[in-house]
Amino acid sequence: MSIWEYANPKKFMTTTTPMVPWVMGLAGLLMAGGLAWGFFATPDDYRQGSTVKIIYLHVPAALMAINAWFMMLVTSLIWLVRRHHVSALAARAAAPVGIVMTLIALITGAIWGQPMWGTWWAWDPRLTSFLILFLFYLGYIALWEAIEDPDTAADLTSVLCIVGSVFAVLSRYAVNFWNQGLHQGTSVPVATGERTVADVFFYPLLVCMVGFGLLFLGLVLIRTQTEIRARRMRALEARMRR
Amino acid sequence: MLAVRAGGGFGLGLAFFLIVVVLVPFGVGPEASVLTRIAPGILWVAALLAALLSLDRIFALDFEDGSLPLLATSPLPLEGVALVKGVAHWVTTGLPLTLAAPALGFLLNLAPSAYVWLFLSLLLGTPALSMIGTFGAALTVGLRRGGLLMSLLVLPLYVPTLIFGAEAVRLGSDGLDPITPLAMLAGITLGSFALLPFAASAALRVNLR
Repeated sequence: MSIWEYANPKKFMTTTTPMVPWVMGLAGLLMAGGLAWGFFATPDDYRQGSTVKIIYLHVPAALMAINAWFMMLVTSLIWLVRRHHVSALAARAAAPVGIVMTLIALITGAIWGQPMWGTWWAWDPRLTSFLILFLFYLGYIALWEAIEDPDTAADLTSVLCIVGSVFAVLSRYAVNFWNQGLHQGTSVPVATGERTVADVFFYPLLVCMVGFGLLFLGLVLIRTQTEIRARRMRALEARMRR
Repeated sequence: MLAVRAGGGFGLGLAFFLIVVVLVPFGVGPEASVLTRIAPGILWVAALLAALLSLDRIFALDFEDGSLPLLATSPLPLEGVALVKGVAHWVTTGLPLTLAAPALGFLLNLAPSAYVWLFLSLLLGTPALSMIGTFGAALTVGLRRGGLLMSLLVLPLYVPTLIFGAEAVRLGSDGLDPITPLAMLAGITLGSFALLPFAASAALRVNLR
């Protein structure tokens, strides 16, 4: 029993197909619960008022935007090293989900920033690195779409993903150097365990984070299955033409 | 290999650089203090776009006339080909831009203390632009009309170089010590030259398959 068994598309399909409704159902439940809890059952912040509640969309989306790229990096490496097609297709499937998460984070940030900072957009390090991340996603998706041969596309996008990861990290440090910025530090530092968010806001946030994570997982599974089916259809069509 | 790069590619980037720098004062007005303040950024952005302009020529002509497969099968490893292509691109665009930039600094009323840092930052930074661009060109060499896609891929990769380059000149023009961004710039250039030829040759091999 090894994880590489799931690199077989058939095995992947038979394992994940029954998983999808559960994952999506649980994601829906957690997100609905977490958001409802966050929006209706928590008090307004004494300085930020009710605008604080956008945190339940903003933070989980930002978290998943970065993690989606990280997942693409891992699957790209697996594709380059072990040539498992499911891995390359999973990377392809994750990119549009990741770019939407990035957009959600940018848009909710702008909506929150307007009343709080008095501006929709500031050239702050965190905001700027998210904009750069958005451009990386855009380039990655465009490269997938531009190349017809699927294996060539998978190879080239994997190389781009690896090089892009290095430059994305580099950009993060560069923009920190460039501008000190407005955005507050992370509210939930994992390493130190000291958080600046009060418990009453934190627990619904945690539920939302898990919900967003499951939503991402479910969407990637569905989209990977779609890619596998599309590729099977192309193979069948090619066989019929012969 | 350096000598075969004849034709219009050489002057194009330089002319573009000149035109952008001449046009900016018309856009923002002739006020000297404003120009002094934006000159570092404008010079760096213009140099970056001028370098971008000639990137698709790096491999496209060789790909079309079939000499790229010959280069791939030659005794020189493909990593070496990518490295030499990057250096050749720098010699034909980055180096002239670096030499011309101080002269164009006069047009933008660059602060006197910034000239030496402008020259040094471009000298250290433009090789990275060429090498990153070589990687972008290698990724998109097989595509028809890959130019736009290549710009989309390469521009986010250029961000750190641009930030440190322009920051070095800005610190220099304010009379501060610009050694830190210059060191980062040199680090990016050395790192690009050490690692990106491998990525570029991997992309070339895929495209030639």
